[in-house]
Amino acid sequence: MAEQASNRPALALHVPEPRSRPGDPVNFADVDVGEPGKMPRPDEGCDPGDMKDLAYGLVRVLGDDNKAHGPWDPKLSPDTLREMLGHMAMVRAFDERMFRGQRQGKTSFYMKCTGEEATSVSAAMALASDDMVFPSYRQQGILIARGYPLIEMINQIYSNKGDKLKGRQLPIMYSSREHSFFSISGNLATQTPQAVGWAMASAIKGDSRIAATWVGEGSTAEGDFHSACTFATVYNAPVILNVINNQWAISSFSGFAGSERTTFAARALGYGLAGLRVDGNDALACYAAQQWAANRARANQGPTLIEYFTYRAEGHSTSDDPSGYRSAQEREEWPLGDPVMRLKNHLIEIGEWDEDRQQAMDLKCAEEVKAVTKEAEKNGILGHGLHHPFKTMFEDVFEELPWHLEEQAAQATREREIKWPDQHPKDGAGK
Amino acid sequence: MSAHDVKNAATPAEGQEERRINMIEAINEALDIMLERDPDTIVMGEDVGYFGGVFRATAGLQEKHGKTRVFDTPISECGIIGVAVGMGAYGLRPIPEIQFADYIYPGLDQLISEAARLRYRSATDYIAPMTVRSPFGGGIFGGQTHSQSPEALFTHVAGLKTVIPATPYDAKGLLIASIEDNDPVIFFEPKRIYNGPFTGFYDKPVEPWKKHKDSVVPDGYYKIPLGKARQVTEGEQLTVLAYGTMVHVAEAVCADKGIEADILDLRTLMPLDIEAIEASVKRTGRCLIVHEATRTSGFGAELSALVTERCFYHLEAPALRVTGFDTPYPHSLEWAYFPGPVRIGEAIDKILKD
Repeated sequence: MAEQASNRPALALHVPEPRSRPGDPVNFADVDVGEPGKMPRPDEGCDPGDMKDLAYGLVRVLGDDNKAHGPWDPKLSPDTLREMLGHMAMVRAFDERMFRGQRQGKTSFYMKCTGEEATSVSAAMALASDDMVFPSYRQQGILIARGYPLIEMINQIYSNKGDKLKGRQLPIMYSSREHSFFSISGNLATQTPQAVGWAMASAIKGDSRIAATWVGEGSTAEGDFHSACTFATVYNAPVILNVINNQWAISSFSGFAGSERTTFAARALGYGLAGLRVDGNDALACYAAQQWAANRARANQGPTLIEYFTYRAEGHSTSDDPSGYRSAQEREEWPLGDPVMRLKNHLIEIGEWDEDRQQAMDLKCAEEVKAVTKEAEKNGILGHGLHHPFKTMFEDVFEELPWHLEEQAAQATREREIKWPDQHPKDGAGK
Repeated sequence: MSAHDVKNAATPAEGQEERRINMIEAINEALDIMLERDPDTIVMGEDVGYFGGVFRATAGLQEKHGKTRVFDTPISECGIIGVAVGMGAYGLRPIPEIQFADYIYPGLDQLISEAARLRYRSATDYIAPMTVRSPFGGGIFGGQTHSQSPEALFTHVAGLKTVIPATPYDAKGLLIASIEDNDPVIFFEPKRIYNGPFTGFYDKPVEPWKKHKDSVVPDGYYKIPLGKARQVTEGEQLTVLAYGTMVHVAEAVCADKGIEADILDLRTLMPLDIEAIEASVKRTGRCLIVHEATRTSGFGAELSALVTERCFYHLEAPALRVTGFDTPYPHSLEWAYFPGPVRIGEAIDKILKD
């Protein structure tokens, strides 16, 4: 047995520290983004062990010359590229308007996805519309790409009487079975094993639909994510695990999820999953990676873990002020640019777009969101009476209302008459 | 409707031969029947496939129904419940097994934050129609990690149902009802009575189920509605509220002492048969609550509060609780810990004296 350790050097705990704090100069020179077009594109049936470099490098298609490069170019038609750009522009316009709505007191909370639009819009476009998605909270791009009505999104954000979720969920925690979009949870990473379970069910039934899930790099630290990877590999489930590495989990940089020593895509290797690491600000690379993984899953060739290397350009939410913990310069210095600008410039470069059309599109998006917002406001805004009937608070806890909830619902109704005596119980609004 | 409606349900139909089985066989039959009847059911869990489960509850099911209907899982309760939520969203009706209730904690976030709230938070877009089976309770020298009774953790969660059978007949009928239920159900199986109705007199020989009237179990499909208590014995001296193993212990103690007790086997804690409880306590004016779980914030506290709120002016004595102690379940001192005949007897004496 070795000697007791009393004479050895003291141990030291490493606590990760990001590269810059507020006011610090920002230098991303240490971030190796590689060259567009250089990563090989293996066959979709590839053994995960034979594609290890894909988990450490970075799949990039769009170069600084605004051209598409290399084997990962999905070779999309100009119409599809314009559609993609249109969805991304709409997401940005929507985010702007909703953020402002929260600041004007129309709702309690909002979360933008600025800088990350490609990771949901492009990925959603690479999937079939009936493939099931289990998103986290920053994938509004999926709903917009799938044509979910904006007014339903706004009704949910305002928790008003038009809200299909009956005002029960925090803003942006959408759900739409019709759009194969799972109910969003505020508890992180819980959706990842659920997506695997859905995919397992699809395989059990001999269905042809696959599942995809999105999770932030920070919450890959949750045990649920580990369970998801384990079940995915054990049952070779037809599922895609999308990890959005936007560098920040509220104020904790990605180092607190382990990024100082490896990549998130490399997590795949230990499980025997296919692992891809992708430029998350490159809409073509995002599309190509999702398409590769979807083809793999659909052919029963196995699950894929994709890391999207991107940057959260805004705060975590309306409740967050990032100037308190990171340098404002980071956004400008981010070496992979802005996903909307890059796709726009690519379309211009190939002669399929111009600045005038871009301007007109942005204006059209802003006007559409504005008009729909006004329409949604007719259903009320948060805290202004036009909510769902009181009894809906007790419904859907169980399929049937048990006796104790009947009693509690009666109490809520009694309290209402005391708390808000001027609201006539029979006026419909707020009943 | 009251507990009396189902009192004699175990009596076989005329011409049908009496068939006596133990609780494991009853559970196995319920699973077999539901796998047969409903192609959307899935049985999964640690060791449940080829091997048939550490308590043999799933024996033979994989061979009969195939490997994609009945299969082993990784040792990951979070994963088991998590994938069951996803399977439910797809449209399946998963029946996961958690090998011991003591192992369920890594799956709690998936149960509490996900399965229990899915219907509510998605306004019925998605539901989690799963039945989580798990052996629970002590009395088998399982030590602190194979003996716990965590039912109160689940009754405290809005959106979960909690079901605990006490006989083979009930185990089969309640499990079928749980599987068919569209809400997530925690189905705790009192493992001490898998093979025989333990009376709490630990030094006496154990009786097999075959000698008990409620081991008569009909072939085929039947179900017992959730939320209906079972009248075990009728009596005017006091009401006893119990579930699982403790039903049999309470029954044996009352018989031993010559007490005529109105014993209710609650069967389901959520939803609770409040009508049966109220009717009985108002009649007897005395109430004993028995569970094996730890005392503080146990389900007995809820029962005691309900009895006080609803039957106070009928009570001749305070409702008392007999429970496990507020310690981890000890190994060598199991019979000192177990709320057996002495603790129950003392409480009955006190209630009747007051």
